[in-house]
Amino acid sequence: MHCIETGNTAAATGVKLARTQVIAAYPITPQTPLTEKLSEFVAAGEMKAEYIPVESEHSALSVCIAASSAGARAFTATSANGLLYMHEQIHWAAGARLPIVMCVVNRGVGAPWSVWNDHQDSMSQRDTGWIHLHAASHQQIIDTVIQAFRIAETVRIPVMVCYDGYLLSHTYMPYEVPDQDKVDRFLAGSAPARLLDPSSPMNLNTVTLPNTRPDVRGDIAPAYMEIRHCLQQDLTRTTAVVEQADRDYRDLTGRGGHPLYECYRCEDAEFIAICLGSLSRQLRGVVDSLRSASVKTGVIALRLYRPFPAEQLVPELDKARGVLVFEKALSYGYEGPLFSELKAALYHGSRRPVLHNCIVGLGGRTITTADLHTALADFCVDPETVRKASPQWIGLAPLK
Amino acid sequence: MKNDKFAINISHSEPGPGDAGQTGSWRVERPVLDAAKCIPAKTGKESCFLCWMYCPDGVISRTIPPGFDFQYCKGCGICAEECPADAITMVRETESGDETTGC
Repeated sequence: MHCIETGNTAAATGVKLARTQVIAAYPITPQTPLTEKLSEFVAAGEMKAEYIPVESEHSALSVCIAASSAGARAFTATSANGLLYMHEQIHWAAGARLPIVMCVVNRGVGAPWSVWNDHQDSMSQRDTGWIHLHAASHQQIIDTVIQAFRIAETVRIPVMVCYDGYLLSHTYMPYEVPDQDKVDRFLAGSAPARLLDPSSPMNLNTVTLPNTRPDVRGDIAPAYMEIRHCLQQDLTRTTAVVEQADRDYRDLTGRGGHPLYECYRCEDAEFIAICLGSLSRQLRGVVDSLRSASVKTGVIALRLYRPFPAEQLVPELDKARGVLVFEKALSYGYEGPLFSELKAALYHGSRRPVLHNCIVGLGGRTITTADLHTALADFCVDPETVRKASPQWIGLAPLK
Repeated sequence: MKNDKFAINISHSEPGPGDAGQTGSWRVERPVLDAAKCIPAKTGKESCFLCWMYCPDGVISRTIPPGFDFQYCKGCGICAEECPADAITMVRETESGDETTGC
């Protein structure tokens, strides 16, 4: 079905099509219309799910943790400070290996208060052990939400589906809604494992001692370090699962083909811009414009941020003379997190492109195409000089 | 597990003694029972057993008199606190005169 709706409605529709069984959420801008839409679906009987209103985001994810432990497909969504309020349970959900799916409608983090878009919120949850997927369009939102359940349930690791607040969440764009039977086929054989079972009582996520211990049967039970090592190993294996989910989804719907990142005019590009989310679509116009002036540029939209697909990205990037990383987040006191990670990824290669970092759009600051054009064009002319100003803040207003 | 490649490790424990490890080594004080005060010991009847019920680690037996498993007793003192007959005293391990530390 073809429709024109908001990004939040696209996300809610994906959650409905996945036949999610438990939803717990607390309102926060710009996420609110997503879970309002889900509550409408449940109230209208279009969705057979428990919709649990809670008093906080911490409780929202706690409910999902309990529901997922009992084998239910669980979903929540939040933004910015709501995400931060969940932080303890975000770590918990990953350590407990629960396949929860959460939409993070990216918004700047206070203080100062902001309701507008940047990526500081999900970036601040980078090291929690969740899978991070970023959508760059309404179509990618609905498709990624559906795939997220398959990915999460295959590897038993929770998934964040991140998309830009307002820019995607509140704008109306056309997209295809897959048929229910196709989604059913895509998710057939996928379900959260049921850990809580009254016929086999056990404590879950009990205190671990520093070293392994014999359990009640005399078997050696893993301790904290083994459990954490397992999470790391399984996360690194997740890249292949994300690729497989994309292949299977493409067979059903014809869409996809870029499970880890999406390249635009990168084949012969001497300079590549890379970023997360909808900014990549704006940069396509900049690339087209520079190409028409015979400057060979391209843009990569990173879809899978965790696990970080360094192995796959390096061969795309090391052919270029320069890589310009546009980021809506900052590791304060240093530089953009994606920038640091790409530098590290390229370190071992024989070819190291010049890297430069631009910080843009914090707290929803308008990102003009002209500014992006100037930044990329300047970098293409003299990358070595430009990179010395890294990280370069774009769009700052001059203050007296 | 549906997918063998992902052999999930999480921590869990099942009902049974010692499934949190050899916690007896944590003990600084141990419970010492005075059978002359303990209600089931005194009456010879299966009664009270509040120590058994309240022990968070299930290391007290529901016997006459109740017994302690010092392999796992952490010495928390809840049994002594709950005993309505003041039959349990917490004694410092160094003063208990018992060489058994449980580990």
